Amino acid sequence: MVANITSLGRSGLYDWMVQRVTAVVLAAYILFLLGYFVATPDLSYADWNGLFACTAMKIFTLMALISLSAHAWVGMWTISTDYLKNSVVRFLFQGTCGGIMFVYFVWGIQILWGQ
Amino acid sequence: MGQKECEEAVSDNRPVNLDLSQFSFPLPAITSVIHRATGLILFVGVAFVLWAFQESLSGEESFNAIKSVMQGFLAKLILWGILSALLYHLVAGTKHLLMDMGIGETLEGGKLGAKITLVVSIVLILITGVWIW
Repeated sequence: MVANITSLGRSGLYDWMVQRVTAVVLAAYILFLLGYFVATPDLSYADWNGLFACTAMKIFTLMALISLSAHAWVGMWTISTDYLKNSVVRFLFQGTCGGIMFVYFVWGIQILWGQ
Repeated sequence: MGQKECEEAVSDNRPVNLDLSQFSFPLPAITSVIHRATGLILFVGVAFVLWAFQESLSGEESFNAIKSVMQGFLAKLILWGILSALLYHLVAGTKHLLMDMGIGETLEGGKLGAKITLVVSIVLILITGVWIW
């Protein structure tokens, strides 16, 4: 077995599972939001602000954010290990992706709680 | 040893990087590549989504500002693009989960699954386009 130190769980099977569990969370979140938009065609600020003031919605959104971070990392890692043959380029690409993911995560938390 | 000596020292039947431009891709391969491409697009698209999310929750004024920005043609096009990538990624991902459960794992099943993925996501993308405009 090849041990890969850049993969999320250092094991393909673990990454495979993370990819799927986070996918289900993200699918649930996206379907909920799409359903919400379809159900409220004339969305007002009061509705929207009220939705994200709910603790349940904050928890759901945080779950989606964490899932997004892990899901995108595994996905971008998979792409980079398949297509970027030069290890320096690959490392820089993965580092950039990780950095962007971290920014997204902190930014998302700030939007949820920082207003 | 230099690279040339290394290459000569190992046997010839090692795997090589194939020239992908010389192959005709089967449909499941094409849907898989689109799944990856849409994932990459979404990774970038999250920046737009978070920005809009932030503005929409920063107060009534910026909520209304975002709402009117979203009436513009370019904004609608970007939104449609992100939603299209999202819908395709969602449909192709669902197919993956079904295949993980052992549904449609045969060669024929794989080909049919790829066709269903394309048809369902194109229909959803068109419906979304109508919904946005």
